[in-house]
Amino acid sequence: MMKIEKKENNLLKNAVLILIFAAIIVLLDLDIIGDNYVRRVLNLAAIYAIVSVSMNLVNGFTGLFSLGQAGFMAIGAYTVAVFTVPVEARKAIFYIVPQSPLVANIELPFFVALILGGLLAALVAILIGMPVLRLKSDYLAIATLGFSEIIRIVFTNMKTITNGALGIKSIPQMPTMWVFFGAMIISVILIVLLINSSYGRAFKAIREDDIAAEAMGINLFKHKVLSFAIGAFFAGIGGGLLASLLGTVDPKQFYFTMTYNFLLIIVLGGMGSISGTVIASFVVTVGLEVLRFFDDSLVLFGYEVPIFRAGFRMVIFSILLMILVLFFRNGLMGQKELSWKMVGDFFNGKKSPKNNRKGGAA
Amino acid sequence: MTFEVFMQQLANGISIGSLYALLAIGYTMVYGILRLINFAHGDIFMMSAYFMVFGMVTFGLPWYVSAAIVIVAAVALGVLIEKAAYKSLRDAPRMSIMISAIGVSFLLENLATYLFTGVPKGFPDIDILTRAISFGNVSLSVATLVTPVVTIILLFVVLFITNKTKIGMAMRAVSKDFETARLMGININRVISTTFVIGSALAAVGAILWGSKYPSVIPLMGVMPGLKCFIAAVLGGIGNTTGAVLGGFILGMSEIMLVSFLPSLTGYRDAIAFIILIIVLIVKPTGLLGEKVTDKV
Repeated sequence: MMKIEKKENNLLKNAVLILIFAAIIVLLDLDIIGDNYVRRVLNLAAIYAIVSVSMNLVNGFTGLFSLGQAGFMAIGAYTVAVFTVPVEARKAIFYIVPQSPLVANIELPFFVALILGGLLAALVAILIGMPVLRLKSDYLAIATLGFSEIIRIVFTNMKTITNGALGIKSIPQMPTMWVFFGAMIISVILIVLLINSSYGRAFKAIREDDIAAEAMGINLFKHKVLSFAIGAFFAGIGGGLLASLLGTVDPKQFYFTMTYNFLLIIVLGGMGSISGTVIASFVVTVGLEVLRFFDDSLVLFGYEVPIFRAGFRMVIFSILLMILVLFFRNGLMGQKELSWKMVGDFFNGKKSPKNNRKGGAA
Repeated sequence: MTFEVFMQQLANGISIGSLYALLAIGYTMVYGILRLINFAHGDIFMMSAYFMVFGMVTFGLPWYVSAAIVIVAAVALGVLIEKAAYKSLRDAPRMSIMISAIGVSFLLENLATYLFTGVPKGFPDIDILTRAISFGNVSLSVATLVTPVVTIILLFVVLFITNKTKIGMAMRAVSKDFETARLMGININRVISTTFVIGSALAAVGAILWGSKYPSVIPLMGVMPGLKCFIAAVLGGIGNTTGAVLGGFILGMSEIMLVSFLPSLTGYRDAIAFIILIIVLIVKPTGLLGEKVTDKV
């Protein structure tokens, strides 16, 4: 009896929590609280959550060290950019090299282009994954990093489709936050369902010990490609949303250092924890905005503190990443998920049982 | 294409290839011992270029004095990175130590942007390196000719250290089997530090020669050469010093040849290295001169 009561109690708590969050987004969305800046940062955090959760699926749950997220995001972003800009506005954008007749007259609704972007990213991931996923951890990392750069270089050079280094401007922007938060909620739910399915258990088996997993009859190659392609799909979706949020894309945005943001998020959240990743996405994105005062000069009692100037924020950011990696390798959650018990223990000052497992497997 | 232009490009290819080779040695040695892609290696290279700018421009030192200081500073930086970021993670999973390497690299880039700003700094003119020499219609800078010679000499020095000295023997033992070497009483930390000393010193020499050829110093200048040189090391067979130099030469030559024979593909110059990497990893993952290693269960 006790147990059921407790479960109902938690259900109630969950419902209340979800309602509170939904109410906050509704209020923000109706412009009752907050301003455009707050909305923009939160939307960005939602996009980062989608990409980070998908990266965690590949890195944290399947144990494949992939650093190709920026490239897959570029595919999604460019698909949205190329197909959603109104046809009549394109002449002004492609003023140096005219757009190729193949795509010049095709205009798609946003959601179709978004899904198409995800599918294209997944397709590219399958093509890349076939050869690359046979590699071991660090070779895989450098090969995926390389592919993300190749994708970017190809986009820089395909001037008739992507407008080269000039980028594409005036991408239609979505009017409501629900596009971003809805996409985040759907993506996270889908990934959680996947992780709890038999595929998810196979992924985790591969992470723990791929040789043992293979001996148990798991088709290593198929599952690795699957995880990689699904990760790329959601990264493509994230990229498409980013294009819509910013209203402009250019190849420089998708430099591979962008992937380091997601790496920081999954390390902070805990490799192999979905709830940790979502929380970390918001902490990091909002944190980076809050840290912006480091980049402005600071005057204390009429004396200008010399260390506060442009670039200081990123130094702090990278030092935080190093501290995390060196001293808090399990991040916020390790491989656990957020639960009411954890929150309760935290507030009662009880230490949760020490997690002996170390991070994600290499 | 005339013969002169071809000779000019050939010389350029050899010279850029030998610069890659200098950096690739550092990658291959660290990987051979720690099984770690030292992402920060390219940034040690970048920092060395900045040190040279400060030595010669800010403090007005003669080039040989600043070169010596730059090498010492790069070595100190390399060893510091190893002690601070890699040492405590020696028993951690591979992914953690790689994230740490990426973190250090990211930190150095951001630190350089913060301290020196993103505005390119001019590399000081080292008179004896930037002077031009003409052979008939082919005109080359001294740096272009000196670079391959320096690289070959340094390769022999490194080969001498690894094959003929006691510490070199220890290095080879550690790269063969980390645990057994430790049990045999080899001071692992000393071996690893020595590896970083050699690698960083070569990166500093590379930075000085690179700066004489491409005199623009920016915080991200080490990123692309760094990735490419790791690829050169993989191409040559990771862990093999001669292989790294060979890989560097091949990579440099193929880049220059692509640019000179197929000028329309110049924009794809940075992609070649990655394409080579993918081909090598699929066809011959051990690289040209690498030894075959089998996975143990």
